[in-house]
Amino acid sequence: MSQNVLDRVKAQFTAGEILETGSQHGDEWVRVRRDAWVAVATFLRDDPATKMEMFIDLTAVDRFSTEPRFDVVAHLYSVSLKQRVRLYAGVPEEDPTVETLVSVWAGANWFEREAYDLYGVRFKGHPDLRRILMYPEFVGHPLRKDYPKEKRQPLVRRQPNSVD
Amino acid sequence: MGLDFYTGKLADAVNWARKFSLFSYPFVTACCGMEYMSVAAPKYDIARFGAEFPRFSPRQADLLIIVGTITERQGPALRRIYDQMCEPKWVIAFGVCASTGGFYQNYSTMPGADQVVPVDVYIPGCPPRPEQVLDALILLQERIQRGEGHSQVQLKVESGHYDVPTTAIRPRTAHLPGGESGGKAPEGAG
Repeated sequence: MSQNVLDRVKAQFTAGEILETGSQHGDEWVRVRRDAWVAVATFLRDDPATKMEMFIDLTAVDRFSTEPRFDVVAHLYSVSLKQRVRLYAGVPEEDPTVETLVSVWAGANWFEREAYDLYGVRFKGHPDLRRILMYPEFVGHPLRKDYPKEKRQPLVRRQPNSVD
Repeated sequence: MGLDFYTGKLADAVNWARKFSLFSYPFVTACCGMEYMSVAAPKYDIARFGAEFPRFSPRQADLLIIVGTITERQGPALRRIYDQMCEPKWVIAFGVCASTGGFYQNYSTMPGADQVVPVDVYIPGCPPRPEQVLDALILLQERIQRGEGHSQVQLKVESGHYDVPTTAIRPRTAHLPGGESGGKAPEGAG
């Protein structure tokens, strides 16, 4: 449905930044090399043929036991041209970092904090990379596939068999 | 002897007054709040039982109604609210999430509000029907009249007027046929 977005990106980035593109269920996606993450995002925002003004969502995927382990996913939408695209960047476990998109869309700020909180992906250049959902005392990143399902990290508990 | 007689009757009268003038603090965190509103609205009208007036300050309330899922992160806030309430005070866990964690079993959800505050009456349901809430309120009123709320027992223990181990508190089914033989209070409830 927005094949022209893929065409524009592939025409612009010819040095291997675009690893793969695809189209599924009427939505297009682009898998970019990690070091071109911000460049591709900026291009998609500014190019008159794509005009991705609106940052919809950003999250991460833990593809445990595959390489690279994590995917960072950004959903973009063009309000004026009514087209959308999904960006992927693979992030390896030993260096789970990617450049921040806050400089491109300010709205990415809390989404990146969420992805950091739950998956432990670090966003380089983020102005305030703190946990956003879990409490500061929490250890680990609970949506990683190797986080124990039954593990609890309570902040307070009352004494057993007390009336208070 | 005479003094015992009069204090006993006075406690009954005070508890009778307490059970019909509950001031509730609704700690509403989730979808059960809709059902709570229904209970408070005219059709079911919790005011008929004297628990008319939600006070949105714990310092003016003696009934904490925990309505909805409690997360681990909310635990300190919930405990602080409970500690701010004047004694004697009572707690109702409204819905399965507040009672046991419900269908959440994960890193963030507290498995029941009784992990941080003593709960007097649990209401199952997802969400509970308003009739169940009214039934729970009546159960709580009976418990208040008997002086068996957690906070009431605590006060008696602290003042030395209660020599029964707190684990011997009757289960709240004791008034039902066969309930007395139902035996001991659930673990952790005493």
